[in-house]
Amino acid sequence: MFHAREYVRPSSLEEAYQLCQKRRNLVVGGMMWLKMENITKQTIVDLGALGLDQIEEDEEEFRIGCMVTLRMLETHSGLNREFDGIFRECTRHIVGVQFRNGATVGGSVYGRFGFSDILTCLMALDTYVELYHGGVMPLAEFAEKPVSGKERDILVRIMIKKDGRRAAYQTVRKSKTDFPLIACCVARTGEGWQVSVGARPKKASAVLVKGEAGKDPELLAGHAAAQFTYGSNLRGSADYRAYLAEVLIRRLAEQIKKTEEKQEADR
Amino acid sequence: MKIQFQLNGRTVCPEIEADMLLLDLVRKLGCLSVKRGCETSNCGLCTVLMDGTPVLSCSVLAARAEGRKITTLEGMGEEAEEAGRFLAQEGGEQCGYCSPGFLMNVLAMEKELDHPSEEEIKEYLAGNLCRCSGYMSQLRAVKKYLNRKEETADAGSR
Repeated sequence: MFHAREYVRPSSLEEAYQLCQKRRNLVVGGMMWLKMENITKQTIVDLGALGLDQIEEDEEEFRIGCMVTLRMLETHSGLNREFDGIFRECTRHIVGVQFRNGATVGGSVYGRFGFSDILTCLMALDTYVELYHGGVMPLAEFAEKPVSGKERDILVRIMIKKDGRRAAYQTVRKSKTDFPLIACCVARTGEGWQVSVGARPKKASAVLVKGEAGKDPELLAGHAAAQFTYGSNLRGSADYRAYLAEVLIRRLAEQIKKTEEKQEADR
Repeated sequence: MKIQFQLNGRTVCPEIEADMLLLDLVRKLGCLSVKRGCETSNCGLCTVLMDGTPVLSCSVLAARAEGRKITTLEGMGEEAEEAGRFLAQEGGEQCGYCSPGFLMNVLAMEKELDHPSEEEIKEYLAGNLCRCSGYMSQLRAVKKYLNRKEETADAGSR
C-alpha cells in the first residue's frame, strides 16, 4: 500500500519544485498506479492548484498541462481534428471512462511506461516536454532517459507542433481494456514517415524513414519494423510482436495514404 | 487534516489522513453503495461523480475532494431508482455488487452522450466489470433506459 503523512497543494511551481527536492516527498499525478506501490512518503505534492489542467491551442502548437486527463485528450476536438483522431484512438481502450477521468498526461509521460499508449502516440508527432528545472526538450530525448527515483524535476506540460502531418494509430490487445500487446503510431511528415512502436514491451521509441524505403506501405513496414527490438512476456513473444508491428505499420501507412487521396480528391 | 466538500448535496467537513482514499471516506460517511472491488483501478465498482464526472473513488485521494461536489448513488434519488428498475427488469443486476458503480456510470453517460450508439454505450461502460450477467442483460437494460422517453412519447401518440 502507498502511505504518506502529509498532503500539500503548492500555490506555485517553485514551491512544488522545492518540495520535491526531498526524496521523502513525491509529486503525484492521477495516482492510478502509484497507489498500488508499496512505498511510504512524507508528503504528497499535488499540482492540482496550478492551473495545469488545460489544453491551450494557437496557430503553432498545442500546450497540454501535466494535469490534463486522458479523457480530455480523447474528447478534445482540436487535437483530434489536427491529428486525424489519433488521440481518441490511443486513449479509448484504456481501462474505462472513469479511469481516464483520473489518469493524467503528466503521469503517463513522466512514468515512461512500456505499455503506454500515450507515449507511443506522442512519439510519432513533433512533441516537446517542458520540465520546470530542465527546460524544454524533445520528447524523444526525454523518453530515452532512464526512469529513476533520483529524478527530482517536474514535468509542467507537453507541446505538440502543428506541422500538418497526417497520423494514424492502432494497437493489438488480447482483451478490451487490457494493456496493448503492441502499439503503433505512424505519421507522414514533410521529410518522410515517423513510425513509433510501443508496448514491445519496452517503452515507445520512434524512427524516421525517408527516401525509397517510404515509397510503398509494404516496404516502409518491413524497413521500419526491423529497426525496433522486441521482447517477450506473458502477452506475447518477441517474434509475434515483430510480426504484428510490421502488419500494423503497413495498415497505418495505407490508412494515411487513403486519407491524403481523399483530401486531394475533395480539393 | 480537515477538508470541506459537498457529499450528495450536503456540506461535510471530515477529518482525514493525508493518504486516505475517497472510497474509504465516503463509506465512512455512510455511503455504503460505493463498493470496494478490485482496488487496481479496473472494475468500476467504486464509481462516484466528482463535479458530475465519473471517477474511481479507489484511486482518488480524499484530500482532492476539497471544495468539490461528490455524488454517490445515495444522492441520485429517483434517477437511480428509475435506472435500477430497468436493470432489474432485464435481469441485469444478478448478485448486485457491481450495480451501484454501473448505475453511476450509466447516469453519467446519459448526461454526457446524446443518443449513444450501441458501440458508444459499450465503450463508455467498458470500465464497469460484471462477473454474473455476461453484459447482455445490462446492455438491454441500458438501451431501454436511454430510449424510455422516446418510447413513452411514441406510446402517447398512438
